[in-house]
Parts: sequence; C-alpha cells; structure tokens
Amino acid sequence: MIWETVIGLEVHVELATRTKIFCACSTAFGGEPNTRCCPVCTGMPGTLPVLNRRAVELAVKAGLGLDCAITRHSRFDRKNYFYPDLPKAYQISQLYLPIARDGTVEISSPAGRKAVRIRELHLEEDAGKLTHDPAAGVSRVDYNRCGVPLIEIVTEPDLRGAEEAVACLEALREILRYLGVSGCKMQEGSLRCDVNLSVRPAGSGALGPRTEMKNLGSFRAVARAVEYEARRQAALLEGGGRVARETRRWDEERNVSLPMRAKEEARDYRYFPEPDLPPVELAEEYLDRLRAAQPELARAKRARYQADYGLGEYDCRMLTSDPALARFFEALAALGTPAKQGANWIMGEVLGALSQRGIEPGEMKLTPPTLARLIALVEAGTLNRNTAVKVFEAVFDTDGDVDAFVAAHGLEQVSDGGLIREAAVRALEANPRSVEDYRGGKARAFGFLVGQVMRQLGGKADPRTVNAVLRELLDGGGGPARTGA
Amino acid sequence: MDVAPEQVARLARLCRLELSPEEVREVAAELGRMLGRMDALDRLDTAGVEPMYRVSPEVNVLREDEAAPSWAREELLAAAPAADGGAYLTPQAVE
Repeated sequence: MIWETVIGLEVHVELATRTKIFCACSTAFGGEPNTRCCPVCTGMPGTLPVLNRRAVELAVKAGLGLDCAITRHSRFDRKNYFYPDLPKAYQISQLYLPIARDGTVEISSPAGRKAVRIRELHLEEDAGKLTHDPAAGVSRVDYNRCGVPLIEIVTEPDLRGAEEAVACLEALREILRYLGVSGCKMQEGSLRCDVNLSVRPAGSGALGPRTEMKNLGSFRAVARAVEYEARRQAALLEGGGRVARETRRWDEERNVSLPMRAKEEARDYRYFPEPDLPPVELAEEYLDRLRAAQPELARAKRARYQADYGLGEYDCRMLTSDPALARFFEALAALGTPAKQGANWIMGEVLGALSQRGIEPGEMKLTPPTLARLIALVEAGTLNRNTAVKVFEAVFDTDGDVDAFVAAHGLEQVSDGGLIREAAVRALEANPRSVEDYRGGKARAFGFLVGQVMRQLGGKADPRTVNAVLRELLDGGGGPARTGA
Repeated sequence: MDVAPEQVARLARLCRLELSPEEVREVAAELGRMLGRMDALDRLDTAGVEPMYRVSPEVNVLREDEAAPSWAREELLAAAPAADGGAYLTPQAVE
C-alpha cells in the first residue's frame, strides 16, 4: 500500500513586544527565574489584565502578511486547565473570534509552488517554564515567560510530508521576521511547532485519525518526527491496527515519538468568554494604515534583486536569508556599491565572519558605509583583494575606520609600474632556476615568481600589473606591461 | 433539569476538586436546580436579539508597550506555599 502523509501545523510565535501581553513586565529572554513577574502574570487574585496595544498591532501585521481576513471585532476567551505552568489555572486565548482567519502562505515544495491555507491566527499568553526534579519529587516553576504575547497560527491539513512541513515553517518564519513580528528563534522557544499528522491510502480523499506531536526543538526534529510518525502510523494500519487520537511527544535523543499522558480529559477546556477583557474593535482606517506600512517581504525582494540588480537566484536567496542582511545589502547598493560586488562581499566575508563568531546579522557592528568604503578602495585599485580581506577582518568587530587602518598600516596597493618592474627584475635575477623552468615550459614556476615579486612589495602590489610585467620580462615583447589599474 | 452524578464527578476532576460521594449527590442536585433556572431563559424568544457577552460597553482598553519594574522576587515568592528562593515549588508535575 502506498500511504500519503497529511499534515497540519500549529505554530506558536512569541511577539517582539517589549512587555508582556497583559502587564508591564519585560519579555526579555532569559533572566533569573521569576524576576520578570508581577501579581498579574503570577495570577494573584484581584488583579486585572490590560491588553498590550503593540501585541494587537503585531498580530494584525502577521495576519495581513499571511493574507488573512482580519476580524474587525475580536474577543478573548478563557481556556481552563490545571497545570503549574499557568498560575491562574486558565490561559487567556481566543477561540470564538480569533483576530485573523482564512489566510495563505506560499511554499516551495518538491512539487513546485504551493499555497498552504491558514485556518486562523489568534492571540494568547505564553505559559511559564517547569523544571522537573524527580529526585526531590518537585517541579520548579519560573513565570518569566508567563504572559509573553503569542500568536498561534493554525494551518489546514494541506501539507504532504516532511519537506513540505519544513518548507511551510521556513516560509512562516521568513514572513514573520521580515514583518518584525517575532525573532522566530526556535532554539530560544520564540517559535514552536506542533505537528498534526495522519496517513491515508494514496488517492483517498478522507482524513484518517491524527496524532498531535509536541516537543519539536528544531526544523530537523520536525522533519525526522514527521517521517517517523508517518511510518509508525502506516505500519499500525498495515498490521490491521488503528491509530489512536492522542498527543505524542518527540524524543529527540532516541528519534522516536512516545504517547503523552492520555489527554481526553485535559482536552475539556471549558472555554468561556473572558470577562476581564473588553473586546477589540479594529477600525478600517487602522487596518489601512498598517497595510500601507507593511514592509517589503523576502519574496518580493528576491524578485526585485533579480530584476534591478541582475543577481542570480542563489545570490538573491542568500541575501534575503535574513532581514538584517537584506537591509545591509540594500544600504550598500544605495551607497553606490556595485550590486554584484556587494553581494559577493556579503555572501563571502560577511557571512563567514558572522558564522565564525556565531552571531546573527542583526547583531553585527559593521555598518554599510564601512564596507562600501572598503569595496570602493578595491574598485579604485588602492587595495588589492587579499589586503582588503585583512582590512575587513580588522574593522569587522568594531566598525573601524577603513582609511585610518589602511594609512596606519601602509596598505595602499602598489600599482606604480616602475616600482613593480624593479621588484620583478630583482626577483628574476635572484631566481634564475625558476626562470629557466618557466622557459622550459613549467607553468608552476611563473606562480612562484609572482609570489617573489609580491613578497618584495609586502603583498600590496596589484596582481594584474605584476602578472603583466613578469610576462613581458620573461616572454620578451609580449606586449607592453599594464601599469596602473 | 437532571445532572448525573457521573457528570459532577467528571467536572470535579477537571476542577481538581475532591468530592465525597455524598457531596457529589448534593452538588448534582444543586446544579440541577441552577440549570433549571437557566431553562426559563431558554423559553424566551431571543430571535433577532444581539447576544450580549459583557455588561460593560467598553472596547479597546489598551496599554502602551512600556515596561515598568517587575516585583521583587522575594515578595512574590512569599505568597507561595513553597519556594526555594528562586522558583516556585510544586509537587512534581508529570507531562
């Protein structure tokens, strides 16, 4: 039997607000346990939640970015359950009137471009964090994360397999990061994903019973978990068994999914309208204003870079892999740096330096004017490429002054034909053996001689001039040496 | 309206309430009487009446996204039945 895997995602994303959704405590990641808490987010009786305006705005921006219909009149509901990560014993969420519905996100799948339907996007509060200590028989509770604003994005079961599930997550992350809605860092938990999965005989239109999988810590874990769970369900069905509707937990170390405690009772959340929060009414003018302010998304940028700068698809993809990187590239172009040069420096030196230091493009100190100046010096022939890379390394961490560094270290490129010719003549005299080898047809000897000339000139000579001068001297009358750049 | 003791027992479990069999019977009877009152509302013709979710007519009560100092941890933890100086302690919660 050939099985088809049917997947829908529930994606939780922490919004990039400064403060929590219902109180003025900071949302900064980390921090000593329970130091970003107050009576509201620790669920003390008698406190009242007050909704964060920015959280509403970011949720609407996300909804607009996913082509959703924005709910002009939305409300909050209480989802009741007892677990120590929620001190109120209920989570404020949206069940009946989520802030956005009926959107789409486009993904690139093995089968080409595909539109994945978004069922809804709603606002809710995050829960605290538990650390279990089986030895002491206790759980430690940290409420710093409790009350951080979340949006939950629910897709329709439109995804067919691991690649599409990951492509969908990547597409969502890209859109939300470009909108500035969230940092979407899976390793910090600001993007979390549950996978609803069922299998059915290929060609069947019916949906089989599905499982919900949690504890997926990375895109790779999502891919592995999808593959594992699809195999598990198909094997069950082929063996005449049936798939139980349950919540399962992905065990990343063992690469297996395991059933979590039976949840049919916990599922009974007894939702009811939240009495402590008035509804949210969004005026058409407010939505128009946000629509007008939506930034250009990565897909549009890629198309524009190809059209305006003639860059290839790979370059465009790399440059837009991070919004900060794309902004950096556009700033370089605006400063007059040739697009291809800018792209090459970003994809080579900049990305290399970032990955070496393990930092994100958004955390980079180097500014576009500094890199633009460096590239301009190479273009003008003042620095050769190798020296420029050294200067880059020197200024990268502090956004240092390129001209000052070049001057202080005497790095200007020697493109004076006379100087280079003198050095070349000396190199030939000092290495008669290599000259003989070269004339005898050993091409490698030429490279050695170039190296000797460069060494005499401290590595600062224009390599094109060195090549031309050496050829002229060795080959005799091979045309005039190119001097200058 | 009749409420079955099993329904009450289930509700009690969801609410983490420990009820004796006698209490379950009492609560079932009380809930039955309360729901009976609600039946009276069901007999009204509400066709064309906009549902009212809240008594207050307020909408859009929002605050700016500006941080204020959080509370001192000791003060918050002092209200907890058990704490270890940094975290609240609960009996081990199994996922």
